[in-house]
Amino acid sequence: MYRVNRKTFYTGLGAIAALLLPALAQAEDTLNSGDTAWMLTSTALVLFMTIPGLSLFYAGMVRAKNGLSVMMQCFAITALMSVLWAVFGYSIAFGGDGAYWGGLGKAFLKGVGVDSLSGTIPETVFMTFQMTFAIITPALIVGAFAERMKFSAMLWFMGIWLALVYAPIAHWVWGGGGWLGGKGILDFAGGTVVHINAGIAGLMTALVLGKRKGYPTTAMPPHNLMFTVVGAAMLWVGWFGFNAGSELAADGTAGMAMAVTQIATAMAALAWMFAEWMAHGKPSVLGIASGAVAGLVAITPASGAVGPMGALAIGLAAGVGCFLAATRLKRALGYDDSLDAFGVHAIGGIIGALLTGVFAAKNLGGAGFADGISSIGQQVGVQFIGVASTLVYTAVVTLVILKVLDALIGLRVTEEQETEGLDLALHDERSYNL
Amino acid sequence: MKLVSAIIKPFKMDDVRESLSEIGVQGITVTEVKGFGRQKGHTELYRGAEYVVDFLPKVKIEVAVDASLLDQVVEAISKAAKTGKIGDGKIFVFKLDQVIRIRTGESGNEAL
Repeated sequence: MYRVNRKTFYTGLGAIAALLLPALAQAEDTLNSGDTAWMLTSTALVLFMTIPGLSLFYAGMVRAKNGLSVMMQCFAITALMSVLWAVFGYSIAFGGDGAYWGGLGKAFLKGVGVDSLSGTIPETVFMTFQMTFAIITPALIVGAFAERMKFSAMLWFMGIWLALVYAPIAHWVWGGGGWLGGKGILDFAGGTVVHINAGIAGLMTALVLGKRKGYPTTAMPPHNLMFTVVGAAMLWVGWFGFNAGSELAADGTAGMAMAVTQIATAMAALAWMFAEWMAHGKPSVLGIASGAVAGLVAITPASGAVGPMGALAIGLAAGVGCFLAATRLKRALGYDDSLDAFGVHAIGGIIGALLTGVFAAKNLGGAGFADGISSIGQQVGVQFIGVASTLVYTAVVTLVILKVLDALIGLRVTEEQETEGLDLALHDERSYNL
Repeated sequence: MKLVSAIIKPFKMDDVRESLSEIGVQGITVTEVKGFGRQKGHTELYRGAEYVVDFLPKVKIEVAVDASLLDQVVEAISKAAKTGKIGDGKIFVFKLDQVIRIRTGESGNEAL
């Protein structure tokens, strides 16, 4: 969206200004310390979303015997993705101008030095900020295969997935020359790149790995909902870095992104809570926390383009939509997406991505459509292309990676290990020595 | 000597303990247990998945007493633990062969 077109636009403007107004030519090339300070902070906030935010959110929802395995998966993913991002991920996503692939020109962070700039912030900050996105996206997938995947297989899967799925899709939407960005997709902070992506990949892992032993007849209630709520709260707070930070500057758009994030999330939390209250007679803690996360997911693509009332609508749609997906749809279709990675992230991401096309309209309080687009219908059309292409690409490539890994090393733990619990079986550790 | 083992509702524990104290019982062992008799469980709900929880938390109280105190102990526990609703629990009485105080080596009634 904005990143591709703004950069090109301002570069063009800067070039013209450079000829006519030397002073103006300086403005876009120099480091802005306000922007940089905010982006340094945002980076920390987004990392905090994964460790420990998402980790606790997920760990609390699994059975006690698997709590540590979830923490381990999230922590290891954080470490692995950080290194791989520096080595090749950043380059594939942001290193070049191809339509589908950024190339390896910035592999090993070649050319990214102390003084390199990306807009008004140091390139190092931009790179690290994007790294935190490359960390949380795979970590989200953990929710789908929790309690039954081999740790070694997971590491291989995530490393390959970064290279073949996450980084390319990030390039399509945000990278220079990326084809979806070029079409005018509005995906401010990663509705497609992060959430639909992770959600679909999650569904694939759930289908390939199969259901947990005993699902759905054996009771597998969350072992510590206190962790889950704490984790959800950390996600909420950290998400200000995720959404408002995606402006890459400390300005009005960032301010609006923060405001709409809060409004949509709050609305979604209430929506899920009331939906559950009506459906089952009592509001639940897991419900309100899940509703909040659904709202956060849905407002993600919209946060740079919609206004407060649009946020309200998106939050309501996500709260109700994801409630139905996570409770009814999952039970109806029978797949074991343990922690609803698909139900919340894919469905929430799709709802958000499509509604972004609607509420970006200026007469609905939005900031306006992408360059070259002049109607809701047209914008929603582009959003749909983005959603569909991500869906298909991720589903297919993820499936291939999983099948190949399964054939080479096996993906699932043995039945005995699954019964014993992954903490002991895979890590020789017990989380609670009470 | 008798070993009286009673399964009661957890919130009744303090009442039972007090009434045993009043009749002179000096030692008591308490364990947290789970169980059900005719009292049905309850339902818990997690993201649309309903679970019926059959096992209810209970407390098991064990006291070792001289046979002469048995009837008073049973009556004290019964009265203190009763609510009149299903799930109040049960009292089991066992013959106790021997009791030894570890610190002093005393046995039999002196060890009670």
